[in-house]
Amino acid sequence: MELLAFGDTGWGDELFYATLMTIAVSITAMFIGFLFALIFTPLKLSKNKFLNFIANSYTTIIRGVPELLVIYLFFFGGTGAVMFVASIFGYNEYIEINAFITGAFAIGIISGAYSTEVFRGAIQSIDKGQFEAANVLGLNKYGKFFKIILPQTLRLAIPNLSNVWQITLKDTSLISVTGLVEIMRQSYIAAGSTRDPLFFYSFAAVLYLLLTFVSMKLINRLEVKYSRGY
Amino acid sequence: MDLELMINSFPKLLNAALITLKLLSVSLIIGLFIGLFFAILRLNKNIFINRFAYGYSYVFRGTPLLVQIFIIYFGLGQIEYLRSTVLWAILKEPYWCAIIAFALNTGAYTSEILRSAFQTIKPGIIEAGKSLGISNKVIFYKIQIPIAIRQSLPAYGNEIILMMKGTSLASTVTIMDLTGVAKYIISTTFKPIEVFIVAGGIYLFMTFIIHNVIKFLEKKYSFN
Repeated sequence: MELLAFGDTGWGDELFYATLMTIAVSITAMFIGFLFALIFTPLKLSKNKFLNFIANSYTTIIRGVPELLVIYLFFFGGTGAVMFVASIFGYNEYIEINAFITGAFAIGIISGAYSTEVFRGAIQSIDKGQFEAANVLGLNKYGKFFKIILPQTLRLAIPNLSNVWQITLKDTSLISVTGLVEIMRQSYIAAGSTRDPLFFYSFAAVLYLLLTFVSMKLINRLEVKYSRGY
Repeated sequence: MDLELMINSFPKLLNAALITLKLLSVSLIIGLFIGLFFAILRLNKNIFINRFAYGYSYVFRGTPLLVQIFIIYFGLGQIEYLRSTVLWAILKEPYWCAIIAFALNTGAYTSEILRSAFQTIKPGIIEAGKSLGISNKVIFYKIQIPIAIRQSLPAYGNEIILMMKGTSLASTVTIMDLTGVAKYIISTTFKPIEVFIVAGGIYLFMTFIIHNVIKFLEKKYSFN
């Protein structure tokens, strides 16, 4: 227990901040993933073959290639890409991108591929009659989408999105290879300096379990909220 | 684009892909037995046995694979007692540590897949077996298990692909698998995009093969 004391003598406060960091990265990544899903879901559902191809390539590649490889691509390639874009605008100094942004972006792209599939499945399983009924009621495009389709999509998507959230949360442990101090990295540092890896990695496992447990409870509430009337 | 680097690194990465496949197949075979064992425990009516099996799958599914590998590779070596047993011969090898972690992880997911497959078997099928005078043991091995395996093929195919991606974490404990070699080449040449295309292409190819094999098996063993 001494090892977990707050302050200078223990690792309690460090691990606490690391947990907050894990939560922050996960939420940011999930949000970036939603943005990607917002772009790629319509492409997947579109009748245009070319747009279909783009969206399918995105989801197939991301879901077929290991997360770690994607993270290495961003970690080693991110700086180069940003500097290349900056050099077009005439800025030639060295730019270092923050590990948080690189990590959240890499995990976000992965999470986005899963979210895209979830939203596609949810929209496709909405009864055709709902679209027709909305048309009959004379709703415009936005009313139809936001008032009729989206609430039903959310109800169908939430159980699967909670899986995506779990995957995203666990994937953030991989960002530790880039040096961002989240749970895994902090445990690595603590294990190294105290020579007690068994304790710190087990404690990291407990922290992750706690995060998944609490988030499942919260998501269950959302599920209840969106399925009222069913 | 550095085409020369891509061509030069291809044989190296292909060799490393063999290690990835070895890691994958060994851990899948061990994991299948672990999964079947825990799935049977889950169906047990004894609440302690049942809870134990649930706890196992909950812990391994709720924590990142990376933590599991680190606990086994870095953590278990710390226990003095383990160092004096025969087990140490296995646990000091990063290769076996990775396989143990992968097998336990995929075992947890497999047990969930098989459990739900067992539970969706219609009671009528088992009753039909009983009315024909077949013993419970034979019903289990000759009727329930084959149906459960067929039932779980699609989900298990996904699990194989997820596990193949999971083996990339072996590179964090010094194993030079496909991701490990890719990372090595990236960090020596600073050409991440080229290496990503080649290594990612090999991974995608493997995913494609696994996907199609599972599809073929599904068709072969379909009920119609």
